[in-house]
Amino acid sequence: MTAYAEKNTAITGVGMSEVSRGATKSALALTVDAAMAAIRDAGLTRAEIDGIATWPGEQANASGFSAVGCAALQDALRLKVGWYAGGGEAPGQYGAVFNAVGAITAGLCRNVLIFRTMYEATARKTAFANSLLKSGERQSGPFAWYAPYYTYAASLQQALFFNLYVHKSGIRPEQVAQVPINQRRNAGLNPNAVYRTPITLEDYLASPLIATPLRLYDCDVPCDGAVAIIVSRMDVARTLRNPPVRIEAIGSSMQYRNSWTQLDALDTQAQPKVAEMMWSRTDLKPADVDIAQLYDGFTYHTLNWLENFGFCERYGAKDFIEGGRRIALEGELPVNTGGGALSGGRLHAYGAVHEACSQLWGRGGTRQVKGDPQVCATSTAGGPLAGAMLLVRD
Amino acid sequence: MDTPPAPARTLPAIDKDNCAYWTGGEHGRLMICRCGQCGYYVHPPVPFCPQCESSDVAPEPVSGRGRIASFTVNHKIWVPGLPTPSVLALVALDEQDDVRLVCNITHCNPDAVRFDMPVVVWFEHHEDLWVPFFRPVEQAA
Repeated sequence: MTAYAEKNTAITGVGMSEVSRGATKSALALTVDAAMAAIRDAGLTRAEIDGIATWPGEQANASGFSAVGCAALQDALRLKVGWYAGGGEAPGQYGAVFNAVGAITAGLCRNVLIFRTMYEATARKTAFANSLLKSGERQSGPFAWYAPYYTYAASLQQALFFNLYVHKSGIRPEQVAQVPINQRRNAGLNPNAVYRTPITLEDYLASPLIATPLRLYDCDVPCDGAVAIIVSRMDVARTLRNPPVRIEAIGSSMQYRNSWTQLDALDTQAQPKVAEMMWSRTDLKPADVDIAQLYDGFTYHTLNWLENFGFCERYGAKDFIEGGRRIALEGELPVNTGGGALSGGRLHAYGAVHEACSQLWGRGGTRQVKGDPQVCATSTAGGPLAGAMLLVRD
Repeated sequence: MDTPPAPARTLPAIDKDNCAYWTGGEHGRLMICRCGQCGYYVHPPVPFCPQCESSDVAPEPVSGRGRIASFTVNHKIWVPGLPTPSVLALVALDEQDDVRLVCNITHCNPDAVRFDMPVVVWFEHHEDLWVPFFRPVEQAA
């Protein structure tokens, strides 16, 4: 089990900017903060960063979805690199990490700076900036099929999939609620989280219905913030200051129809084959996982990942999360220990990687999971996009 | 206070492959690409059959009937005048259920919409296009 490229790479440093519902700094300044924090955390200097990767790359529009790309960061930090890449056509947000694994393996670089910057909180103060539909413009691309039907936001489209999951699994709202309730409790112990005041079942049930069965508290929180991580070649990683967080296995496949309408299994999305691929590249099993940072763009994604990773059986998430005990910090599988995107802020799966490393390095403070966690399952994305990583601290 | 008018429908950009789908309604026909060799329906439309590799694929009219594969009832007023509640759905075509069409379900109470409900197409004219919508079969004229 040593032939896989990812086993020769490790996360060696992480950094996060301030995260807020309205930043005092620009998106680029937040990105610089996160990047320098990660470089210093790894014990590296700018001169030793020889690769840059991001997902989905700079998008020059008002949405704040991806305001900073490789070029802007490279210039701000005056990096001199052997390889760089940013692009959205990849296995979800972790596509940038998988690209970096390939580039390191190809000998193009040794220490890759990977980042994700969100500036959606500021963007939304001025306009319905993330609207999928632009007034007066004809729509191209995969969402064109949704265009005439008032599908203004991804939440509406994802509610289509969520509803089928509810229909097939029989999950009840009070069971779904355990995901956001648990994460808000965790966020209360995370000084960098956006929303930290505990919520109750009553709060969840009273939160506005967006599109059945999706409620406001099922949705992640748009924020301003940036996360950076350093992925290094293993021989370099072993010389640095943090114990390497090895990328033990990745899931990057596209085995299903990559479509927001024709996706093979609407209710499980693209995740099952991705999870299967990840487990096929390691001797570890679901029972070996100490903590999980599962994608939570919507609560439904987290439920999906619990099942698709094999932590419970298909449609068994409702029982697994019942009462919230198993997924709590002191439970058998602590989930989204920093509050996740639902409460910590929508850092789009990179907040999850930051939290994974924080826990594996014992930096969780009052939210630190007991028992010295070593193995973390992480996942990203919904719909036809999915990516997964198993991280193991040496 | 005046109620704002319902927002304009955003229309898709038309190309050589999807044109028949968005214009067939002029003649009351739902046009779906089909392989002339093996009969497989190819959607979204592309002149290549993924089953038999034939390029003999062209739009042809289908029954316009299907079943609701999934749906959601939107309650949020995303823009002024947006009618709520309204139903966004994916309809699986009777001819081949892995052909799923996005639509609004109309002519019925949103609370009455169910999984697997039989529905039938109708069209609304917008600019140069005829946008397909679906309504319950029992409500059809």
